[in-house]
Amino acid sequence: MFEKFKARAEAVGSEVYRFKTKSETVDFILSFLKKEGVSGNGKSYALWSDSGFMKDADKKSLSEKIPGLKFEITRDLAADSLAGISEMSYALADTGSLVADQTSINARLVSTLPAIHIALIGTGRILEDKTAVFRKIRPENSSYIAFITGPSRTADIERVLTIGVHGPKRLVIVFVDEMEG
Amino acid sequence: MEKNFKKSISNAVNNPILTGALGKFSEAYKINRAKSYEGIDFEELRQTIADRKAYAAAHLEEMAAAFTKNAEARGAKVFRANSAEEAVNYILNVAKDNNVKSVVKSKSMASEEIHLNKHLEEIGVSVRETDLGEWIIQLAGQRPSHMVMPAIHMTKEEVSDLFSKEVHERLSNDIPKLVEVARHELRAKFLEADMGITGGNIAVAETGSIVIVTNEGNARMTTILPKIHVALVGIEKFVEKFDDIVPILTALPRSATAQLLTSYVSIITGTTPNTDGTMKDLHIVLMDNHRTEMSKDPKFVQAMQCIRCGSCLNVCPIFRLVGGHVFGSTYTGGIGTILTAWFEEMKNSEDIQGLCIQCGNCKEVCPGKLDIPEMIMEIRRRIVVDKGQSLAQKAIFSVVNNRKMFHAMLRTASVTGKPFTTGSFIRHLPLFLSDLTEGRSLPAIAAVPFRDEFKKIKQPASDKKIAFYSGCLIDFAYPEMGVSLVKILNRAGYQVVYPQEQTCCGAPARYNGAYEVAANNAVDNIKALLKEDVEYVVSACPTCTVALNHEFISTFESLGQTEHMADAEKLAAKTIDFSVLTKKLIDEGHLKLKQGKSMGSLTYHDSCHLKRTLNVSEQPREILRKAGYEIKEMFECDMCCGMGGSYSIKLPEISKPILQRKLTNIRNTGAPLVAMDCPGCVLQIRGGVDQSGDNITVKHTLELIAEMIED
Repeated sequence: MFEKFKARAEAVGSEVYRFKTKSETVDFILSFLKKEGVSGNGKSYALWSDSGFMKDADKKSLSEKIPGLKFEITRDLAADSLAGISEMSYALADTGSLVADQTSINARLVSTLPAIHIALIGTGRILEDKTAVFRKIRPENSSYIAFITGPSRTADIERVLTIGVHGPKRLVIVFVDEMEG
Repeated sequence: MEKNFKKSISNAVNNPILTGALGKFSEAYKINRAKSYEGIDFEELRQTIADRKAYAAAHLEEMAAAFTKNAEARGAKVFRANSAEEAVNYILNVAKDNNVKSVVKSKSMASEEIHLNKHLEEIGVSVRETDLGEWIIQLAGQRPSHMVMPAIHMTKEEVSDLFSKEVHERLSNDIPKLVEVARHELRAKFLEADMGITGGNIAVAETGSIVIVTNEGNARMTTILPKIHVALVGIEKFVEKFDDIVPILTALPRSATAQLLTSYVSIITGTTPNTDGTMKDLHIVLMDNHRTEMSKDPKFVQAMQCIRCGSCLNVCPIFRLVGGHVFGSTYTGGIGTILTAWFEEMKNSEDIQGLCIQCGNCKEVCPGKLDIPEMIMEIRRRIVVDKGQSLAQKAIFSVVNNRKMFHAMLRTASVTGKPFTTGSFIRHLPLFLSDLTEGRSLPAIAAVPFRDEFKKIKQPASDKKIAFYSGCLIDFAYPEMGVSLVKILNRAGYQVVYPQEQTCCGAPARYNGAYEVAANNAVDNIKALLKEDVEYVVSACPTCTVALNHEFISTFESLGQTEHMADAEKLAAKTIDFSVLTKKLIDEGHLKLKQGKSMGSLTYHDSCHLKRTLNVSEQPREILRKAGYEIKEMFECDMCCGMGGSYSIKLPEISKPILQRKLTNIRNTGAPLVAMDCPGCVLQIRGGVDQSGDNITVKHTLELIAEMIED
């Protein structure tokens, strides 16, 4: 399932990573943000929206390691951010899609406005297809169900595929084995 | 046809940018679409969609009531707008009540339908389209030319000019840079907007959810950032169950742009938190604007099953030549012709319905199972009932309606046409074929029609009898095809009967909306062909076969005539296409072909009616292979040749480039011979080859088979 997902997701321009543990994942994200130049100067913030993954995290020490990484999310900050990090509920192998309950405004902001969206998900959350995920999601429990399949794209000028028109220009999907369900 | 309409067609087909972009897209689309559907049972999928959408269409009141209740329970305000005007006024009032200064919009055809931007701007609200294509169109002051790709007719140079003006800076033509400019400019608009307006791809009754599908992320921005969200949703978007989203979401992106899924799908149910902690002011406008009326019409209720993917445009041989602007209204292409007739009025479709060549490509790919060609025929019929035929057409059909007069005039034509004939082609035909079409020679009317030739062929006595229905083209233009057919059937042990009372199959009248004339033709033919007890009625013209097989019945149905229905069904059951019959005769050992001869290569052109109405494509290929030919398939082998009966006479400016494309595809195979199973296609393609000077032989399959049967 993971390999199928990876192939389909990469085919639509997503970047896919997989780590065993949460700490490896955190290390990766920190080095990724550093490499991308999240310094806290100008518009180079990274916003991490709250989720299960962050329950036991020491946010303060993370922010110390990467100045510019913030956990308090506002609309203005999101507009000025280079990267946004959020957690997704399911991954769909047949289309390379991610699915999440994004009723929380923060989850929506960090996955929409920044140029890079880093999506965290448990490796055990991969389902085969839409039919399978529709058995799990119900609008009674979520006011905003989001499907995300690759970065923002357009082909409106001369049918030339161009990535990153309004939404994120990069979608970085990070699977974490330790987050099994 | 209106002069302006003719002019807009000629502008479009002579616009190399438009035809180039659309042509390239449609060629790639067909391949990519097929790839995106790999592993999916399309027939099963579209049956599910058709069933679920049909259910909603049959229960619109229930859907609207349940949707309203469920969405309101979640904090949305639902307004039911019967007319375009009510929808506009409601949205204007929301804007006024909330002191809205600026609006961002994601793509919504429903908002185009009611010219919402214009109304908002009139009360001083600034409106920004945020879909890149829509924004380009807005800056250019134009209308979208395609449902899914609104600016497909524009070049990057034109876009660069528009953007340069907007940002007061000379920009380059680099597409990624232009997209970056749009991102930057529109980002500011999203952040300052007081109201976001979207459409809705699906509305779920049982949960009050709306589903919005986009690639750019602009719908997410539009629904997240402004505090007011107005969703304008046509009531044809209803489905009953939340699970009904799945099949639509499976088909929509594949059929629209050959994607497995768009980048973003948002399912919004009720209000959501805003960025400042307040709750969204969500207004859902359920717009009727004649949709209920359409759903009550038995011929058009199926149009409610449309999921607005635009695949009917992408596969249409006409659309890729003329683009959307010639349609003159919000909705374009085949489906647009139908929606315009209902959402505006029937007469607004009068000209554009004539663009349909009835090739059936759209019907084959429609994920909602709409029979678009059939609905366009019905519009044609109703316009004729309403307004009557044009004088010229009246004169023609009064002739076709009278079998004896029709045949007498065709005989006269064979004589009076003589002085203009060069070789076997005629440059000017008298009578109703008189409009000379450029780029194609027309065949001479034969000196001796088949009906007279037949009398000279001695028939073997046999208890196996078969009736031959020749159709006008074989009878009067290609009698030699009829002679070949009789030879084949005789060799297979049949005594051929040729009822002299047979006449035109009625297709020309029917395709021009003259159903009464078509019904008279049907009655004459039914009587003639059922007179003698025969095993089969065979035809070598698929248009005629379709008439005998399906259209006599449906013409009677449309007119509510029942008198000859049972006989029409009896005739339909006996009718068989030449290639299907021949394959059967060979398989059963009644007909033997010369063995072991290699006849070289040919390419095969699938005729529209044979392939898509009669579902026959393998049989002619198989018998040609058995006859010793190697088949080199051409690109787009089943794309219309542009003939379409009288279409090529009414709209030669469209027919000609379609034929040119076909000739190019034939030429590119390198085969010296092209075979097909329709004398109409032979007329079109042989005429094209005659004018282009290509050294390519054009044959009806039966002519090639007749040469290869064992003595």
